[in-house]
Amino acid sequence: MTLLEIAGNLNVIGYGLGAIGPGIGVGLVFASVIQGTARQPEAKGALMSTAWIGFAVVEALALFGIALAFAIN
Amino acid sequence: MAYGPSGLTVLETEVPTFGVSAFDSRPLFPSERWQECHPHEGLAPQICSTSEYATWTDIWITNHILQAVIAAILVIGFWLIVSHKPQVVPSKRQWIGEYVYTMIRNGVAREIIGDNYHKYVPWLVAMFTFIIVNNLFGSFFLFMFPTFSKVGFVWGFAIITWILYNAVGIKKWGFFPYVKKMIVPHGVPGPILILVTPLEFLSNFIIRPITLALRLFANLFAGHLLVMIFVVGGTYLLTQIKDNIIYNVAGGFSLLISFGIFALELLVAYLQAYIFVVLTAQYVSSAQEEAH
Repeated sequence: MTLLEIAGNLNVIGYGLGAIGPGIGVGLVFASVIQGTARQPEAKGALMSTAWIGFAVVEALALFGIALAFAIN
Repeated sequence: MAYGPSGLTVLETEVPTFGVSAFDSRPLFPSERWQECHPHEGLAPQICSTSEYATWTDIWITNHILQAVIAAILVIGFWLIVSHKPQVVPSKRQWIGEYVYTMIRNGVAREIIGDNYHKYVPWLVAMFTFIIVNNLFGSFFLFMFPTFSKVGFVWGFAIITWILYNAVGIKKWGFFPYVKKMIVPHGVPGPILILVTPLEFLSNFIIRPITLALRLFANLFAGHLLVMIFVVGGTYLLTQIKDNIIYNVAGGFSLLISFGIFALELLVAYLQAYIFVVLTAQYVSSAQEEAH
């Protein structure tokens, strides 16, 4: 018995690398929303609805990553 | 915990029944053949392939389907109770219902869809409550499994959203004008269109439902896996290792951390339900807005 053995495959590491970009991207999207809201609080609604589109587009890459981590052998 | 043929294996123990994976669906009324194929309660079949062991009741009538049905009954019951005999001065019961309803109506439907948002509100509210109830099952005793961390449920939901926003667009604009509106962006010069049109087609008709589904699935799947690693691994280290105090301490520590992760899961449950509804509203809005 090997204790705390983690057996997996390289796909997981690939997904980890692939998640870096979207992570930074999602951070930038919401950082900008916070800044914009701080400067002009009444624009929050308009900023948020645009931000959700941006968030969805950026996060799509991370989602491809997780899908391919499962799909590719 | 051993998940999938090539996936994650965290603990290779000599006791195969320790830390049974909740990801494996179990039939409510197992056939004899199924029981023969599953010598260890709850573990993935070791000795037969799926097509060999399963009758249709083994595949379709499982604990996860039961969970989704219970969630549907809870949601319907909730809305029937809170909307029963509404009064001008709301009771507490009515206030709770109105609070949830108003949040989606004002914060999502009116904000994003804009004109003529009224007819989409019931669907958005129903979807939000159904998803959040299913997600909270992940941190709720008796269930301890978020239904949407099985990807099949999520495909169903994403397909409904896909049909909804395309139907809205086709009804408003007609089939070909709608498709043209979606795949030919306004004001793009001719030669660039050769590049842009296929991309827009992929993005608007194929990538959208896939990412919508995968976002919900991946968040809950990963969250549940995280909880399982901390709880099962922690319990194992704490209770099964007799001669190594460091392992025991690490196990106790990871059990403590698991409470924090449960709290995080509650946040994720709400956030993912909200994002799903917001994006559905966003897609409906993009299908019916004027080209600009």
